[in-house]
Amino acid sequence: MSTVDYYIEQLNTIQAAKQDSPLAPVRKSALDTFTNMGFPTSRNEEWKYTRIGSIFKKEFRLQNEDITSFNQSSIDAVRLPGHENANELVFVNGRYSEEFSKIISDEIIVTSLEAAASDEYADIVKAYFNSSSKYLKDGINALNAAYAQGVFIYVPKAKVVPHPVYIYNIVDAVADAVCALPRCLVYVSEAAEVSFVETYATLGASESITNQVTEIIVAENANVSYCKIQNDNSKASQVSTTHIHQVGKSYAETVTISLDGGIVRNNLNIVMGAAHSEAHMYGLYFQNGESHIDNHTIVDNVMPHCQSNELYKGILNDRSTGVFNGRIYVRQDAQKTNAFQSNKNILLGENATVNTQPQLEIFADDVKCSHGCTVGSLDEEGIFYLQSRGIPKEVAMSLLLQGFALDILEKIKIEHIRTYVQELIAARLTTQI
Amino acid sequence: MLRIDNLQAGIEEKQILKGINLDIKPGEVHAIMGPNGSGKSTLASVLAGRQDYEVTGGSVTFEGKDLLELSPEERAGEGVFLSFQYPVEIPGLSTTNFIKTAVNEVRKYRGQEQLDAVSFLKLMKEKMALMEMDQAMLSRSLNEGFSGGEKKRNEIFQMAMLQPKLAILDETDSGLDIDAIRIVANGVNKLRNENNAVLVITHYQRLLDYLVPDFVHVLYKGRIVKSGTKELALELEKKGYDFIKNEIGVEEDV
Repeated sequence: MSTVDYYIEQLNTIQAAKQDSPLAPVRKSALDTFTNMGFPTSRNEEWKYTRIGSIFKKEFRLQNEDITSFNQSSIDAVRLPGHENANELVFVNGRYSEEFSKIISDEIIVTSLEAAASDEYADIVKAYFNSSSKYLKDGINALNAAYAQGVFIYVPKAKVVPHPVYIYNIVDAVADAVCALPRCLVYVSEAAEVSFVETYATLGASESITNQVTEIIVAENANVSYCKIQNDNSKASQVSTTHIHQVGKSYAETVTISLDGGIVRNNLNIVMGAAHSEAHMYGLYFQNGESHIDNHTIVDNVMPHCQSNELYKGILNDRSTGVFNGRIYVRQDAQKTNAFQSNKNILLGENATVNTQPQLEIFADDVKCSHGCTVGSLDEEGIFYLQSRGIPKEVAMSLLLQGFALDILEKIKIEHIRTYVQELIAARLTTQI
Repeated sequence: MLRIDNLQAGIEEKQILKGINLDIKPGEVHAIMGPNGSGKSTLASVLAGRQDYEVTGGSVTFEGKDLLELSPEERAGEGVFLSFQYPVEIPGLSTTNFIKTAVNEVRKYRGQEQLDAVSFLKLMKEKMALMEMDQAMLSRSLNEGFSGGEKKRNEIFQMAMLQPKLAILDETDSGLDIDAIRIVANGVNKLRNENNAVLVITHYQRLLDYLVPDFVHVLYKGRIVKSGTKELALELEKKGYDFIKNEIGVEEDV
């Protein structure tokens, strides 16, 4: 039995128990897609440098029951600074845990996707659930949709959520290797505002893979900010998909910080589906050992007068590998689009590598688009300059790298989180450079 | 203070310094002049410890220590300062943060206590005033987007903060207008005392109008071919470097 068959069998069992769900047809169709496509190989252009199939050769357990053997102290260990004043959503092995989650803002509604699909939010779920599959036509995305046990997050009209929403994706790999498939559908209504911070933690020494899909719908005049911090152990791999669809003129901002993990693949899609929308995408990856980071981003300019700005920076040490693939579509109607993209890399390790590829597909004629990428080593002249002022070489390198990272870190709006990430980076610079 | 004996150095296979001898005592100002390509900046780089250059012979003793054995940061700790011809831009590192790190690293090297925040600010304000710099400039990323004059003022500001025994000014006047030269030279003059020394490397006489040297040396093809007092600089300015070439009878390379 191939591992694809193994996952199909598990998913069949999971789906059989929920056949009456309004989500059943989508799950079923996703399972068909997964059955047909299996896991992407390196022959698939989108997965050329990230051999995700090699991870899935193993039969990871999919969580089919509620988590029982879990305690509060395990959660406390992974909580982010500022959690006292944050809403906290906890996923364990891909399943949302109401018990460990905490909602302190009245301005936000969190319910299971299952429930949302059959109540007043049914139309939203119907319209937008699994809309990311249009952009990510592969077995990985389908695997998540076939499982889809996630939550629906709703911010009502004109509500400004005063506390950030922290999302913890915890994998309990103490007893066995686990595949977690967390799923969120977020709807930010007209003139509403909310910010998210998401992080990942694997407990135990077994391997794990988190294959996550978050879909965020942003309505007219809404404002959403989304920060992702990846700093899991080297046996924890993940494919993390964030799909943002601006359905009204709105503002979206993402910051993706990738520090540690096994194989990490991020898919970030921004669909600019309303005129005069604005989106900013920032990323910082700092990898060492044998870790692998792949950032695939798509900006789809569907409507005119939209502005997008993308800056990803990477530091690759030891034998780590990086991939950046930034695709910008400007559709025929998307006149007056302003789209900028830049990817800058510093290779610290002689054996570190990066593949960076901007891809512009422009079908409109009155647009401003630019892209650029650089790959280089740390500036020797800069190091010497600092040394000549009495600063030891390692400190000089650390200061230069902190300077390199600064303009991304500054984009993290929540001060607790910004300080936390800065400290993580400073600690890595003192111990590993 | 500084004794250079038969110093030979080059880059890759090319020999640039072919036996430099120089003796600098506390309180002195020495100027090294010479045409392009004579080895002036190489000498400055070798003294500061730039890695690209290889020393192939001779010795450099600074306050009794073998300078060439020390790393660039150790040389700074010992009290050698190089004002760069092209100060490096460092994005994301504020001048304040940079100079604070530098001051405290140098103090650590010298076995002194770290400066507390209040003393550091006081010192910084005093030196900012000396170089006519404002707070906004120090909050910006180091040298990033600075004009030529701002960069050189920042170099002398760093010198003022680090209080070196020997300051090497590598073409500090290049690219500066006359007002900027005056500010820079006045700054250096105010920092001079009987215990420190300055080595000025320059093409032109004009900086030496403000920063008056005790000795002037002419560097040509990797050797000091003539030494004299400040009058030598004036003579060079008037007659050009050809007069030196003729006087010493050096044959041009073909």
